[in-house]
Amino acid sequence: MAEAHPVGFQWVMEAKRRGAKVFHVDPRFTRTSALADTYLPIRAGTDIALLGGVVRYILENELDFREYVLAYTNAATIVSDQFVDTEDGDGIFSGFKPETGTYDQTSWQYAGQENGGGAEDTEEARETAAGLRHESHGSPIPGVVRRDETLQHPNCVYQILKRHYARYTPEMVERVCGIPQEKFLELARAWTENSGRERTGVLIYSVGWTQHSVGVQYIRTGAIIQSLLGNIGRPGGGVLALRGHASIQGSTDIPTLFNLLPGYLPMPHHATHPTFDAWASSIRHPGQKGYWGHARAYCASLLKAYWGDKATPENDFCYGYMPRLTGDHGTYQQVLNMIDGKVKGYFLLGQNPAVGSAHGRAQRLGMANLDWLVVRDLFMIESATFWKNAPEVATGEIVPEQCRTEVFFLPAASHVEKEGTFTQTQRLLQWREKAVEPPGDCRSELWFFYHLGRKLREKLAGSDKPRDRALLDLAWDYPTEGPLAEPSAEAVLREINGFEVATGRPLGGFTEARDDGSTAMGCWIYSGVYADGVNQAARRKPRHEQNWVAGEWGWAWPANRRTLYNRASADREGRPWSERKKYVWWDEEKGEWTGYDVPDFEKTKPPSYRPAPGTSGPEGIAGDDAFVMQGDGKAWLYAPTGVVDGPMPTHYEPAESPLRNPLYRQQANPTRKVYPHPVNSVNPSPPEEHSQVFPYVFTVSRLTEHHTAGGMSRTVPPLAELQPEMFVEVSPELAAEAGLTHLGWAHLVSGRAVIEAKVLVTDRLTPLRVEDRIIHQVWLPYHFGFEGLVTGDSANDLFGITLDPNVLIQESKVGTCDVRPGRRPTGAALRELVEDYRRRAGITPERHAPVVTPADGEGAR
Amino acid sequence: MTPDPNSLYGPLDPAPEAGWSQAPPRMGFFTDTSVCIGCKACEVACKEWNDVPTSGLDLLGMSYDNTGALTANSWRHVAFVEQPRPAGHRTPPFAGNPTDGSVSPASAAVAAGTGNPTGTDPGVPPGDPDAAARMAAGPEFLGMPGSQPPGRTGTADGRSDFRWLMMSDVCKHCTHAACLDVCPTGALFRTEFGTVVVQEDICNGCGYCIPACPYGVIDQRKGDGRAWKCTLCYDRIGAGKTPACAQACPTESIQYGPLEELRERAAARVATLHERGVPEARLYGHDPDDGVGGDGAFFLLLDEPEVYGLPPDPVVTTRDLPKMWKRAGLAALAMAAAAVAAFVGGSS
Amino acid sequence: MGIRTFIEGWPVYRQLTGTDPLGRGAAAQSERSAELTARTETADRVARSVCPYCAVGCGQRVYVQDGRVTQIEGDWDSPISRGRLCPKGAASKSLVTSPLRQTKVRYRRPYGTEWEDLDLDVALDMIADRVLAAREQTWEDVDDEGRPLNRTLGISSLGGATLDNEENYLIKKLFTAMGALQIENQARI
Repeated sequence: MAEAHPVGFQWVMEAKRRGAKVFHVDPRFTRTSALADTYLPIRAGTDIALLGGVVRYILENELDFREYVLAYTNAATIVSDQFVDTEDGDGIFSGFKPETGTYDQTSWQYAGQENGGGAEDTEEARETAAGLRHESHGSPIPGVVRRDETLQHPNCVYQILKRHYARYTPEMVERVCGIPQEKFLELARAWTENSGRERTGVLIYSVGWTQHSVGVQYIRTGAIIQSLLGNIGRPGGGVLALRGHASIQGSTDIPTLFNLLPGYLPMPHHATHPTFDAWASSIRHPGQKGYWGHARAYCASLLKAYWGDKATPENDFCYGYMPRLTGDHGTYQQVLNMIDGKVKGYFLLGQNPAVGSAHGRAQRLGMANLDWLVVRDLFMIESATFWKNAPEVATGEIVPEQCRTEVFFLPAASHVEKEGTFTQTQRLLQWREKAVEPPGDCRSELWFFYHLGRKLREKLAGSDKPRDRALLDLAWDYPTEGPLAEPSAEAVLREINGFEVATGRPLGGFTEARDDGSTAMGCWIYSGVYADGVNQAARRKPRHEQNWVAGEWGWAWPANRRTLYNRASADREGRPWSERKKYVWWDEEKGEWTGYDVPDFEKTKPPSYRPAPGTSGPEGIAGDDAFVMQGDGKAWLYAPTGVVDGPMPTHYEPAESPLRNPLYRQQANPTRKVYPHPVNSVNPSPPEEHSQVFPYVFTVSRLTEHHTAGGMSRTVPPLAELQPEMFVEVSPELAAEAGLTHLGWAHLVSGRAVIEAKVLVTDRLTPLRVEDRIIHQVWLPYHFGFEGLVTGDSANDLFGITLDPNVLIQESKVGTCDVRPGRRPTGAALRELVEDYRRRAGITPERHAPVVTPADGEGAR
Repeated sequence: MTPDPNSLYGPLDPAPEAGWSQAPPRMGFFTDTSVCIGCKACEVACKEWNDVPTSGLDLLGMSYDNTGALTANSWRHVAFVEQPRPAGHRTPPFAGNPTDGSVSPASAAVAAGTGNPTGTDPGVPPGDPDAAARMAAGPEFLGMPGSQPPGRTGTADGRSDFRWLMMSDVCKHCTHAACLDVCPTGALFRTEFGTVVVQEDICNGCGYCIPACPYGVIDQRKGDGRAWKCTLCYDRIGAGKTPACAQACPTESIQYGPLEELRERAAARVATLHERGVPEARLYGHDPDDGVGGDGAFFLLLDEPEVYGLPPDPVVTTRDLPKMWKRAGLAALAMAAAAVAAFVGGSS
Repeated sequence: MGIRTFIEGWPVYRQLTGTDPLGRGAAAQSERSAELTARTETADRVARSVCPYCAVGCGQRVYVQDGRVTQIEGDWDSPISRGRLCPKGAASKSLVTSPLRQTKVRYRRPYGTEWEDLDLDVALDMIADRVLAAREQTWEDVDDEGRPLNRTLGISSLGGATLDNEENYLIKKLFTAMGALQIENQARI
């Protein structure tokens, strides 16, 4: 956090000043570790084993915050007796379909609901990264659930969880993660001691956690701990994601993602969403409890915002215009399709996949096989110059005279040359004022897409092809301003907020959305950001002039709530758990919820409210159901649906690991998304042969002084000089083993690439003892590339492509490699070296690691 | 007006002494290294505000320090020291891990051999490997690491303890600033805030100030030849603003304010750290009775000053000037008076 | 300037007659130093902005003089950042004013070995033509069972996460209307 989010880290220092104890878990000792009270080195890719150990510690010692757990989690809920745990399935849950590598979730359901419609087809869910939808709302569950408030029923969630993690003992944590038991116990003790009415603990992760083949389950494990300890919805609690880009939260809220529409509405699927009704109902889940009832209004209002007057209830709001998914159309599938010649044109908008995406060589080869490429950026980045400066030009794989890709480089406007909102990591929208006009040909994306759309519509004017109707009927009349005819960002924000069609009145929030065509709303979760016709995101009331929650600075979705699920900061009866941890509470006299923040609960629903049996929609949520976006109003310790790789997180080894999974026969996540394409490969892991060809674990991350793929830092002199060269950090022990010297050169080889780096031999890296073996890990920054003021080989070139099944994010925080002293070869010899390693490791274009580990494999327990 | 007997050595409030009869309180920096996260925001914020040029694109290998030292092109410098020493109250980071001995002194020694062309003089010349190794090892250092390359110097004992010290260094704005005392052109002067500033419109690049500085802070920019260093953002503080580095600092490691207030705050911070089991916390440059009359920019350190590359006992190099002054003073005054007379005479 | 004022302005005169007999302070202050003020004080305007690097969302104040950005520093009113910035945020002025920034459209024709110049409007027109051509070549009306697809898989897009919400909104809206659904973002990466 001190490394990549230094200004956010001021609040950790503030907490430390007040006596908080800080633990830092990381494969390498960083600037964060330097300020932490306790640092735990961990083997990359084993976090579920560590966190599972904490879950076990809590449950075995009954250290959960029992009142909170009973009131607000599904601990007491009874699960179907058809459910079989990984502990009894050797690493695989019940319902597994080996032919697709996905689960049928029927047996995971709550007792009595096995056929109630909650179970998902996880194959389609995986291909469409359906896990992302749950960012705004949990999964549905039908009907009433059976509970055992004593938590003794063998099939209640509490007992299932306890059995699931029974083997995640301190000894096992040490064996899997390389964390000595004493250290683990220090962490577990401190975490559990900071729980209860008076105390809380916070879990902070950086989004490297998402870059694993089990990334979503990492975060799930953290959420389970925080729920057990009563640390959700309370001040000083939470699971906080440190997101790494100015508006990356906004980029999922108002997504430019293949599978989502604004507000986490799913992109229509050709088979499951043939009609508007089918689409809306798949979100709304008619008859179920929770905040689903209004989904049809959000769907209708979005289409109304898209197609304006042309969208009517009679024509299903132009739903017929929507393009349909047939499966995985994610960025990695696209790149493989580019290599195969299926993609004609590619837009890169402030993004540099030649450096920033996994398997850089595949990225560059894909770009070299397009008809045309449009790059919009501030600087001449690697993804714009791959055709003349890429490493593949040196190896002869890309020959400029033979590369047909037509490249348009269009300079972009910077953040001070345009106005608009960023959504930062706490869901807070902040409006930026424009300081100056962009220079020369530089333009905003708003300008580019507005005018591109205008041109496309001009060129198609008069077309009678049905396929062109969607463009011609599009509501695309934004006022422009200034000498460059810049579209008004405020007008777009107003459309995002939503308005009453008849009067143009901006809506006050998503509860005003209607499904009859009378409202247009571009992103339902952002509704309210332009309430009363005021740009709420532009509010800048100084911090000294408001309370510590600072609700009048910017605007947070939903409804300007700063802490989600804050109903849980009060007990069942609506009283604060303690004076110290007071946040939101029920005011009996006024008959409403009140507090420092906007209550995340129906304002006048009393804690005593109980729905009549069979009530659906929001009315089905009881007065003590704090987790209002979940179908049952509870925080899920066990997820009967919504997560495609299991109802509970389970330790699997990374797709590339030097070690056999000590816990199960199943080596790696059996549902991980793999791409058996000739350009892609996975280094062998046990029980496969030849894993020793790549004996070392490597991990990558950021330096404080650089930003992502370097496009905004290696080009900026005062930053470039602070970290001027690519380097690799190694422990003294590995330096001795591999013959590396401080400030000398090393090169690293994987089945995909070889890269070189200067060596920093440092005590900050340590070998780990894992399963009676010594495991060496190396660390690399991933910022470097071949353009800019400071250059170097790209660490992401080393990775192959294996994805998390829930969200289709690549495993790019852990892999295996070899480390050798000296510089890498150049020219054709470079590929020969990689080929030599591939031969030795048995990697061929036809060979693919088994997704399901064979029963008679070496090391089966 | 007669100069204060302490005007060149001993405790003194320097601004009134330098003729600022309506001087505001003396302003300064307190840099608390115990909360420094080594982010280098101070280095960048300083360069952005003061238009300081880049100072080289070389990997120095001195941990994460690629700046090397305070130079004419780096007015803030964050030092990083990796040490195989216990961090007081903290759990040993590598306890229980299968480690050999520490490599920090050896790596530091290797790094010391790398210079950095900063575009300044003397800039960052290659350092002394032995001294660098000593810094990294801390006081228990028992001699140069062997001839083995890093990684092969381990003992069988392992290394459980480790700490990473970071410190943002800056011009000390001494009470008795030898740079200022020796400056023949009046380019270096004492501001009303008690700070020491090089006036870029006066400096003629004679370089006398460079050897005079007991901290080795002052440096000349090649090409333009002038001396450049921290001005404590003279322009900003004159406008009532905080210096750029202190404003940027994410963790309040760099604090700006009236020096008296900072000294009180620093004493309290040391006491707190001592209570919390950090006995190694100590102040540096805070004492008006030290060899430079106390620094306008002082520090809370977690080890001996030498470990951070600071002189343990700096003394103003013009300490003995008063003795010389008595003899030379009359002559100098007479000469100046003659010069004025000549000027007036010449123009009449 | 009369001779008297001239002499009074002379440092040695000030030194001898003023409060600074050693000539190290008030008497040595140059005209430039005396007139120095922070350029933030004399800026034409200040824009309230947000740092473009990570997602902490630190407040920035952007100072502008004569149409140029002269300083970017932390916004002390912000409850998130309290006026502080990390090295990247602190380098924002260098980012937006960098001489390495591209300000002209560049064009590389197929099989070309060098960049060429291209007018922005021409570029936009060429891109529009290529979008329509790619769409025509790869359009899919229906699937095998006759269910609507309404799409092209011939166009891809990958956006960074420093784009504004308003920009992402228009990007998604336009691409969806043209039937392009391979629209991705750093948020996937």
